[in-house]
Amino acid sequence: MKILVPIKRVVDYNVKVRPKADESGVDLNNVKMAINPFCEIAVEEAVRLKEAGSATEIIAVTVGAENTQEQLRTALALGADRAILVETDLEVEPLGISKVLKAIVEKESPNLIIMGKQAIDGDNNQTGQMLAALMNYPQATFASELKIEGEKAVVTREVDGGLQTISINLPAVVTSDLRLNEPRYASLPNIMKAKQKPLEVIKSDDLGVDLNPRISTLKVSPPPEREAGIIVESVDQLVEKLKNEAKVIS
Amino acid sequence: MTALVIAEHDNKELKISTQNTISAASKLDSDIHVLVAGSDCNSVAEEAATCEGISKVLYIDSKEYENFLAENIANLIKNVSDEYSSILAPATTNGKNYMPRVAALLDVAQISDISSVESEDTFQRPIYAGNCIATVQSSDSKKVITVRTTAFDAATKGSSSAEILKLEEVNDAGISEFIKEELAKSDRPELTAAEVVISGGRGMQNGDNFTLLEGIADKLGAAIGASRAAVDSGFVPNDYQVGQTGKIVAPNLYIAVGISGAIQHLAGMKDSKVIVAINKDEDAPIFQVADYGLVADLFTALPEMESKI
Repeated sequence: MKILVPIKRVVDYNVKVRPKADESGVDLNNVKMAINPFCEIAVEEAVRLKEAGSATEIIAVTVGAENTQEQLRTALALGADRAILVETDLEVEPLGISKVLKAIVEKESPNLIIMGKQAIDGDNNQTGQMLAALMNYPQATFASELKIEGEKAVVTREVDGGLQTISINLPAVVTSDLRLNEPRYASLPNIMKAKQKPLEVIKSDDLGVDLNPRISTLKVSPPPEREAGIIVESVDQLVEKLKNEAKVIS
Repeated sequence: MTALVIAEHDNKELKISTQNTISAASKLDSDIHVLVAGSDCNSVAEEAATCEGISKVLYIDSKEYENFLAENIANLIKNVSDEYSSILAPATTNGKNYMPRVAALLDVAQISDISSVESEDTFQRPIYAGNCIATVQSSDSKKVITVRTTAFDAATKGSSSAEILKLEEVNDAGISEFIKEELAKSDRPELTAAEVVISGGRGMQNGDNFTLLEGIADKLGAAIGASRAAVDSGFVPNDYQVGQTGKIVAPNLYIAVGISGAIQHLAGMKDSKVIVAINKDEDAPIFQVADYGLVADLFTALPEMESKI
């Protein structure tokens, strides 16, 4: 079984981002970049399927500028076998990304696509579902458990009220939630080995996909600040304030 | 111009997130229809018909739609989409699951998790876990939108009664199958709909200590939540989680107990009307967003609070 793992380069999750002073966008100058945490979980799940003998090859793919090769190397160090960069300097929206991924899926014919449920920059939570729609594949989003059973995958999903389990025909798209696994750290020898693994670069123009944006960002502003509150001295004072000042309990 | 709102329900009752979404839709289009797709869900269609501001309920009742399988419901929405200028669903796990599929089938970009409607094509939405608010403009003629329900008041249910139009077309994509659902059973209100929420964090130390929250929750009619740290430590199940990767809540009163206030937790609760923080670490970032902070050991403060409310 061949697994395709689309990944994204994002601001490291420890960085607190701020809008630029002129509100034209997010200030990303000299900010540490990393592989999106949900994508890292997706790579780990693919590697575990390979280690368990269910998968034979793992291909990591991303869409972005030349520097996204760093994150593909990270995926290779974690255990992907080869990587594909679809290179573009455009900032591509989820719909455009899913069209690029459709072209890659048609070229590579993977049996399973595992990807993060959302990227922590745009928080869109769209690309996996869109790819599934374009391919007419089933989708299992927000996965916390994934089992391959012959020509099907049985997936437990994190839903609002608890957990839902569904069975989907392969090929399919699965998107990872936080509890799917805990990704390993890449070892130094594997980081060195990753440098030798194949990384193919395809120009996005060569795929003939419409990447024109449909949405324009007019401004990016800071969220409304909450006014600082007060520190109360005792439980008595807290209860009194909640009853008489905030009037939220009776 | 007409908006279509996709109803969230459990085949028995309409969820209030539907009414929040109707309210968002009313800022976009003058006419609103609601789609109720499910199985044995006639009562939901009748309930939806009483919502103020809508003129029609599209109702389809069949096994294929019982569990909101994305493949089936996305095809259904696409097939009824022609006459609508916008299609909106609440940003619940259901809406997040099927709406991008609808958008791709219609070849339009989705605008996720909107927190405000600025005009018929311009919206605000939180990005980077709510650390920035983006104002975005869509050039698609048809808008596909998910709605951050806490940002919109719920449309009221009145005595009005919209027309209910029963659809017969059934569409089983045949590529996915529901197996089972394990939903937490609780007599308490749902986290996302509760007026009061009390949440525990890593400071609770273990799952058993969450009983300290229950007494207060019972007295206040509150839902119980948790931080990601408490969930990751195995104290409580994931459906308790409030935060960027969990549920977004905005109750009248949010009580954070033993929660430090990581960015990802704040993203899920900072729109609450009144925030109380109880933490023994006076430097915990949660105090910066709290209206009332109490620096205290939760193991003495909680029993005292329970006795005094």
